[in-house]
Amino acid sequence: MEKLLMKGNEAVGAAAIKAGCRHFFGYPITPQNEIPEYMAKELPPLGGTFVQAESEIAAINMVYGAAGAGARVMTSSSSPGIALKQEGISYIAASELPCVIVNMMRSSPGLGGIQPAQADYFMATRGGGNGDYYMPVYAPASIQETVELVMEAFEVADFYCTPVMILGDGMIGQMMESVEFPEPKKRNLPAKDWATVGTGGKRKPNIINSLRIEPDVLEPHIQKLLDKYEVIKKDETLYEKVNCEDADVIAVAYGTISRVVRNAIKKCEEEGIKLGLIRPITLWPFPFAAFEEISPNTKAFLSVEMSAGQMVDDVKIAANGRIPVEFYGRYGGNVPKPDEVVAKVKDILGGGK
Amino acid sequence: MSLVFEKTKGLTDVPFHYCPGCTHGIVHRLVAENLVELGVLGSTIGVAPVGCAVFAYNYFNCDMQEAAHGRAPAVATGIKRVHPDNVVFTYQGDGDLAAIGTAETVHAAVRGENITIIFINNAIYGMTGGQMAPTTLIGQKATTAPYGRQKEVQGSPIRVSEMLATLEGAAFIERVSVDSPGNVRKAKKAIKKAFECQIQKKGFSMVEVLSTCPTNWGMTPVDSLTWLEENMMPYYPLGNIRTPEED
Amino acid sequence: MALNEEVIFAGFGGQGVLSMGKMLSYAGMMKGKNVSWLPSYGPEMRGGTANCSVIVSDDLIGSPVVTEADTLVVMNRPSLDKFEKSVKPGGIIIVNSSLIDQKVKRDDVTVYYFPVNEIATECGSAKAANMVMLGAYVKLKGFISEADLLGAFLKVFGEGKKNLLPLNEKAVAAGAELVK
Repeated sequence: MEKLLMKGNEAVGAAAIKAGCRHFFGYPITPQNEIPEYMAKELPPLGGTFVQAESEIAAINMVYGAAGAGARVMTSSSSPGIALKQEGISYIAASELPCVIVNMMRSSPGLGGIQPAQADYFMATRGGGNGDYYMPVYAPASIQETVELVMEAFEVADFYCTPVMILGDGMIGQMMESVEFPEPKKRNLPAKDWATVGTGGKRKPNIINSLRIEPDVLEPHIQKLLDKYEVIKKDETLYEKVNCEDADVIAVAYGTISRVVRNAIKKCEEEGIKLGLIRPITLWPFPFAAFEEISPNTKAFLSVEMSAGQMVDDVKIAANGRIPVEFYGRYGGNVPKPDEVVAKVKDILGGGK
Repeated sequence: MSLVFEKTKGLTDVPFHYCPGCTHGIVHRLVAENLVELGVLGSTIGVAPVGCAVFAYNYFNCDMQEAAHGRAPAVATGIKRVHPDNVVFTYQGDGDLAAIGTAETVHAAVRGENITIIFINNAIYGMTGGQMAPTTLIGQKATTAPYGRQKEVQGSPIRVSEMLATLEGAAFIERVSVDSPGNVRKAKKAIKKAFECQIQKKGFSMVEVLSTCPTNWGMTPVDSLTWLEENMMPYYPLGNIRTPEED
Repeated sequence: MALNEEVIFAGFGGQGVLSMGKMLSYAGMMKGKNVSWLPSYGPEMRGGTANCSVIVSDDLIGSPVVTEADTLVVMNRPSLDKFEKSVKPGGIIIVNSSLIDQKVKRDDVTVYYFPVNEIATECGSAKAANMVMLGAYVKLKGFISEADLLGAFLKVFGEGKKNLLPLNEKAVAAGAELVK
C-alpha cells in the first residue's frame, strides 16, 4: 500500500471520500480549512457536491437535508463553529439521521484563539445541543488513526442512524504524518428505506421529523434513542491501555495529548517510575471498562488534558472513589509538555520515588 | 351519484389543524394540485417550517422533512444537491423565512438553488400567539408590539420579494394573494410557474402569498380579507417581480 | 542506535521554512522512518515568523510538538531568540549567518554558522537559501543522503516545479559542501 505524507485535515477529506461520502457542507474556520478546501477540489470531479454555506447553522441543516435524502454526508468545523451547529446536531440525533461531523478543536471560550485545545469535551460527550441525546465521539491520536476512524464513523453512523463526531484538535488538523488508505471495513448496513427520495406514487410518504407534540409519543421516542445508546455503549466502546499493570500512576489522555503522555512514560521509566496510560478512543461512550481490574496499589489516575479539566469528571466516575483522581492540564492553546506531566506524577508520588 | 368534487391526491386525508378562516388550507391545496397536475408528486420532497404550518408534513402526500426554525432553505439545499432531478419545495411563514431564516433564504437565492419556496406572509407570528413579524405593518398591533409597530422603534416591514429580486440567482419571484376567487386562481398559476421554473432547472423560485390570520389579527374571517386588501396590498403590491427569460 | 531526530525549522514567512520540514519528512518517510511535521499556523504565518517541528524516528512518534530539539535550524534572528532555549544540551544549532549577526549564547550546544543566502545567490537564486541549509543539515546529520532528500523534491512541490530541480540540486550540493 502506498504511503502518503498528508495533513490531518486533508486525510479527513480523503478518508471520507474513500468511505463513499459525496456530499459536504461547510463554512471556513481555522484550523480546519483544509477539509472544505480538499472537498471543494475533490468532490465535483466525482459527481459529488460541495457547498460553502452561509453559516455553520446553514451547513449543518444542509447536512440534515442531505442525510434525510439518504446520502453519506459530512461537515467540519472548529470549536465556535461547532457550537453554532448544535441546533442541527440535536435535530439530526432526534430524527435519527446518519452523518459525520468533524471538530478540529481550538482554544475557547468565546472566539478564544486558533491554537489547539481539547476544551469541547463536554460539548461533544454530553450531546451538546438541547435534549436527551448523545452521539459516538472518536478521538484519533495520529493521522493514520484519523483515516481509519473517519471511515469507521460513516459505517457507525449508517448502522445506528446517528450523527457521529470526529474530535481532533488543531494539531491533528495541521500536522503531517505518513498514512495509508486501507479499504474501509464494511458493516452489514440496514437499507435506508426511510429516506426522502420521492414516493414514486408507490408508497406512503416518508417523513423526517423530530417534532412529537404529545408527551406520551415523545417519551417512547426518547426511550428508543436511549435503548440505541445502550447498544452503542456495549458494542462500540474503544480504548487502548499502555503499561497499566502495576503502574504507580495511570494517566488518562486522548488524542494528541496521549502522545505527550507516551513521552512522559519514557521519561518516568528513566527515573524508575511506572506511568501507565488509558487512552479513550471513543470519548462517548467513555471506556469505563478500562478502569476495572486496575490494581488498588496504583496511587492515582491522572487526567491529562488540553483543557481546564473536563474529561476528569468521567475519570472520577470511572474511578468511583476506589483510586484518587488527579488532573493536569494546559489550556488557551498551550500544549502540556512531557516534563510537566512527569513533574505532576512525581508530585502525586510525594517526590519519594 | 355523479362525482362533483374530489380532493386532490396531493394531500393526505389528515384533517388540517388550522383556525377557521385561515388561508393556509387554500395555499396547501394550490401547491398540492399543482404537483399533481405537473405529474411530479411522486418525485417531490417538501420541507415543512416551524410556525403554523409545522404539521405540513402530515398534509402533503409526498416525502417530507421537518426543518428547524428558519432552516428550510438549507435543508432543501441538502436534499436538492443529493437529488437534483427531484422537485424540492419549502413552505414557510414570515417569521421563519424573513426573521430567523433570513440568511438561509437570501443565500439559497444567491446560489440560485433550484428549489421553490412558498412564502406565507400574514404579517404576524401565528403559532406562538400573535407576536410581531418582520412583515407586520406600521401601526399594526401585535402582542410584542402592543402600541402598534412604530418605524422608529421596530423599523419598517420587509418586502422580501423585492429584496430577493435584486439577486441574480432568483429566477422567478411573484407576489400573490388568496383573498378572492380571482386571486386564488392567479396564485395557483404563479405556483405552477414557480415549479415549472424548477423543473426546467432555471434556478431559485419563490411565490409570496399574502394571507390572513383572523385569530391573531382579532377579526372575523371576512373582515380579515378586507383588512388584507386595504392594508397589506398597498404595502405589498401583487404581481410578478422576476421571471426567467424564454429560451 | 535507533534514530530519533527532533528538529525545529524556524524563520520568517517566505523563506521556505515549512517546505524544509516537509522535504525532510518526505525523505524520511521514503526511507521507511516514522515522521511527523507540525507547522505553526494562523496569522503568524502571514508575514511573521514561521516554524515547524519535524520528528524522524525508528520508533513510534510520541508528541509531535518538539520542545527539546536535537537540532534547531534558524533562518532569521527572531527565530534564534525564540528557540535557542528549546535545544537539548548537546544538541546542534545551525544559524543562517547571512541574516543573523549575533552569536548563540549557549555553550552546551554545537553551533554552525552558514551564510546560506549568499551561497544560494551564487547557485542562481537567493530563494534557494532554504535548500542550501537543508543540504548542510542532511550532510551534518548523515541519516538522509542528499540524493534521498532531492528525491522528495517533486513529491513536495509537484511535477510543475520540475524546472527548478537543477537549481535545487545545486543548492543542496553547495550546502553539503559547507560541512566537509
